[in-house]
Amino acid sequence: MAERKPFRWHVLVFLAPAVLVYTAIMIVPLIGTLNLSLYGRAGGERVWVGLQNFATLFGDPRWSGAFWNALGNNAWFFLVHMLLQNPVGILLAALLSSPRLRMAAFYRTAIFIPTILSFVIVGFVWKLILSPIWGIAPSMLDAVGLRSLFAPWLGREEYALTTLALISVWQFVGIPMMLIYAALLSIPDEVIEAAEIDGITGWSQFWTIKLPLILPAIGIISILTFVGNFNAFDLIYVSQGALAGPNFATDILGTFLYRTFFGFQLQLGDPHMGATIATAMFGIILLGVCIYLFAIQTRLRRYQF
Amino acid sequence: MSAARHSTARSIAAHAILATYTLIALFPVFVIVVNSMKSRRAIFSDPLALPTRETFDLVGYRTVLAQGDFLLYFQNSMIVTVVSLVFVLLFGAMAAFALSEYRFRGNLLMGLYLALGIMIPIRLGTVAILQMMVASGLVNTLTALILVYTAQGLPLAVFILSEFMRGVSDDLKNAGRIDGLSEYTIFFRLVLPLVRPAMATVAVFTMIPIWNDLWFPLILAPSEATKTITLGSQVFIGQFVTNWNAVLAALAMAIVPVLVLYLIFSRQLIRGITAGAVK
Repeated sequence: MAERKPFRWHVLVFLAPAVLVYTAIMIVPLIGTLNLSLYGRAGGERVWVGLQNFATLFGDPRWSGAFWNALGNNAWFFLVHMLLQNPVGILLAALLSSPRLRMAAFYRTAIFIPTILSFVIVGFVWKLILSPIWGIAPSMLDAVGLRSLFAPWLGREEYALTTLALISVWQFVGIPMMLIYAALLSIPDEVIEAAEIDGITGWSQFWTIKLPLILPAIGIISILTFVGNFNAFDLIYVSQGALAGPNFATDILGTFLYRTFFGFQLQLGDPHMGATIATAMFGIILLGVCIYLFAIQTRLRRYQF
Repeated sequence: MSAARHSTARSIAAHAILATYTLIALFPVFVIVVNSMKSRRAIFSDPLALPTRETFDLVGYRTVLAQGDFLLYFQNSMIVTVVSLVFVLLFGAMAAFALSEYRFRGNLLMGLYLALGIMIPIRLGTVAILQMMVASGLVNTLTALILVYTAQGLPLAVFILSEFMRGVSDDLKNAGRIDGLSEYTIFFRLVLPLVRPAMATVAVFTMIPIWNDLWFPLILAPSEATKTITLGSQVFIGQFVTNWNAVLAALAMAIVPVLVLYLIFSRQLIRGITAGAVK
């Protein structure tokens, strides 16, 4: 049928700019990077090495230690986000959406503001606040009699990563809040009224009626958090530098990729190993997205109103 | 029944929690802005105090503005953000219109192809992007950044906008067609104005990562002439680590533009998200 109609040029005109830019700058380089991971350098020549780079990355002690460390740190970084960011975001959204709440717009805007700040600002100000020298945090803890709890959290190997994850949660909690708030607002009034007629109000209404309805939104937020976390770089870079100190305790895949690709101090940059790490990250993110799509998304009931 | 009293208590509790969290969210911003307007001694002796007549001092702002580079960084960030945003919104809306309005072979596949980029970060292609930019001589130009950010923003824009455009009434468009309007006129005159809330949502979610990005400026355009404000303030912190007034003033100024842009768009933001982005 379609062939007999005249060719619809406008469809092509509408699609072309987006598809061209997206393909040229995103898809082609992505494939190029994956391809590059299969090559290595020998005497200035580019040679095909197959999966050799991956064997090095996972197996060679000079590389694998750093890789597994970065991956483990990244997993912890993500776990802290999941445990804190979503519950706090849901709580704030639930409170914001309570009927007849005054100043809701103000709270919403204020809580979203950290999200729009750049990592440079966020990293610097938290370093400042937590610094034992300048000492806002110590003196504030002092004021409530908890001075003894203070430690240079960003400088200790055992705390630094968790501290950074908490800072990141602080910065990004506005996104789950906003999306869940929107999801809560879009629940139709009839559903809520029916629940109230049945005597389901307050928190039990939240748990039994609203929460199941916003599960798809929580699912989307979780997968976006996963992708964002396993692709993170900036916060660690601005607050701990490319070496992800102290002693690589805060090294995640993003900083590991940066160091490998561009080199640092005495190590020269290596595009092939960089591409290999990028490919590994690609695999991890793809795996997460697939698990989400097939295991979670398909089981979530979609409610049509 | 004490339903009224109960609900008052609930609302007080809600306000208490929200106000506490608002304080936590805004506290660091407060620290930067307040201290950027104080003399050096006051920054150290009492970091939490508001500036008083004795401690008020704009030396930080004077230093930063006298440096000159900072205004250039600002301009670079502005150009990159605004131009990328225009391209993302225009190209994204056009593609979304094609996908939601016309039935053609490969429609669904094309939608999926464009949506891939939401889940797969463009950063993973950096190695090849850099090689490509080197080969085409675009390294250290704002064009390189604009291209990358346009590509980065398109998937989400197409996804959100096509959800919305499906909701635009067919009667309206068909009435336009009967009146002899071309498809282009229908798109620009009838459909675009109707999806403004969605455009605002897309604008916020596109603009913030572009303005704040450190990775691509660091890799693709680190030269003095093309530094963005984010990269510039990062370098500034390193260089002037002893000049606290200047650093704090620089950071305070870096907050302003993105805050203004956010406040402009945010009114439409919730309406945009509610109407379909998450569904």
